[in-house]
Amino acid sequence: MELLTTNNVWMMLCTALVFFMHMGFAFLETGLTRQKNTINILFKNIFIITVGLLLYCLAGFNLMYPGDFNGFVGFAGFGLDAEAALDLTYSEGYTYWTDFLFQGMFAATAATIVSGAVAERIKLGPFMIFTVIYVGLIYPIAGSWKWGGGFLDELGFYDFAGSTLVHSVGGWAALVGVALLGARTGKYDKDGKSLVILGHNIPLATAGVLILWLGWFGFNGGSVLSADPALTSLTLVTTCLAAAAGGVSSFITSNILHKNYDLTMFLNGILGGLVGITAGADLMSPTDAILIGVVAGVLIVLGVAFLDKLKLDDPVGAIAVHLICGIWGTLAVGIFGDLAGWEQFTSQIIGVASYAVICIVSSYIIFFVLKQTTGIRVSEKEELEGLDLHEHEMNAYADFRMNEH
Amino acid sequence: MKKIETIIRKSKFKAVQEALHEVGVNFFSYWDVTGIGNEKTGLVYRGVSYSTSDIQRRYLSIVVNDDFEEITVQTIIKSASTGEVGDGKIFVSDVNESYRIRTGEKGNETIN
Repeated sequence: MELLTTNNVWMMLCTALVFFMHMGFAFLETGLTRQKNTINILFKNIFIITVGLLLYCLAGFNLMYPGDFNGFVGFAGFGLDAEAALDLTYSEGYTYWTDFLFQGMFAATAATIVSGAVAERIKLGPFMIFTVIYVGLIYPIAGSWKWGGGFLDELGFYDFAGSTLVHSVGGWAALVGVALLGARTGKYDKDGKSLVILGHNIPLATAGVLILWLGWFGFNGGSVLSADPALTSLTLVTTCLAAAAGGVSSFITSNILHKNYDLTMFLNGILGGLVGITAGADLMSPTDAILIGVVAGVLIVLGVAFLDKLKLDDPVGAIAVHLICGIWGTLAVGIFGDLAGWEQFTSQIIGVASYAVICIVSSYIIFFVLKQTTGIRVSEKEELEGLDLHEHEMNAYADFRMNEH
Repeated sequence: MKKIETIIRKSKFKAVQEALHEVGVNFFSYWDVTGIGNEKTGLVYRGVSYSTSDIQRRYLSIVVNDDFEEITVQTIIKSASTGEVGDGKIFVSDVNESYRIRTGEKGNETIN
């Protein structure tokens, strides 16, 4: 009983930290986009955390953890089970309520990743419809394949805290959304040359990344699913080392390639390291964690440049961070740490491929149907004058002026 | 009465303000402006190079009596200069009349 109390307190703390990550996402996405779209990006982030939690309560939790099921789709019924909640033998690590809330905070994260990538030109209404379907239905079904005890779990696929289950799931949808939407007006000139659209508040973006890093203490630390002293402390060490290594390798790579000290790449590199370590944070030695972070940091810089070359316009770098580094982190479980080996590596590839299929197909169908019916992109006039003005009829900085120097 | 308008580097604002104060020109208005010129600044954002011709400067508007025109202009030229391209401009124009709102009086006493 005392152990359960201790474990449960840690899990509730971690739940709160994962909740706080939504502030990190909101700050980062706001900072790396333009002033005229601030209300819009914040509205989307607030919509995702509120509606995401309600959907997870309504059906998501029981879709993701259906108990015994066929391994692909199972459903244990609508709403939460108050009787199970009273059962303190539910788990040694947490109560039923904590389990629900911790997993609910994760669910919303997947859609937040999409929000940044499609920012500054997606229509609000269709985005909200996408979020409801993706967070309410696709995320929990995909999650059940591994964390709910589904077929990938049987197969030996390993994803500790969600490099694939959370980050790639968001990343794939971000990629599909960006491809179907097209680039922001003014991102490429008529010859196809890449132009610059500056983020409007870099201090806010920096705060966002540090808040996300803090939130990751809960994201990975809580994924131990108890306060196990050895595993939780190891997990926090590997998480922080990978974040640091990702940031440093990213800014050095960016400096070599582009000859400047780019803070936004430094920030993306930290997130890349965090996403990269997430799949195996409880399996790695400190050296493994640093190596995973270093590779993630390089992938960020190359990934951002590569996507830009393909004219996939991702204002905040979400696809490089969450998809590319999510895949890297998942594969790294078969290369480094306690499970390393060819057989594990094969399982990891099957896992990555399975998630690629469900995420690409489902998000393509959702975005494609929306594109054909309601349309997913605001008019050029609305885009140029700002989504805040046209989608919200509001101004984020109504009485606020900056002194330029 | 003359209106002396000048566009100067922001980094020279304090020097100009102090130099004007020393020669007895204590009152003026200013605001920050953005202009376009020959100057280009090369920058990089997330791996993409770009250059901007936007130039940040400070705009001063000074109204003085005729006998202050020369010293004001010379003081600005001396204190705002770095010798490099982009030091700015000075424009002088006539002002018909000047009033002090508090007392309603007009003429040379209302300015320096």
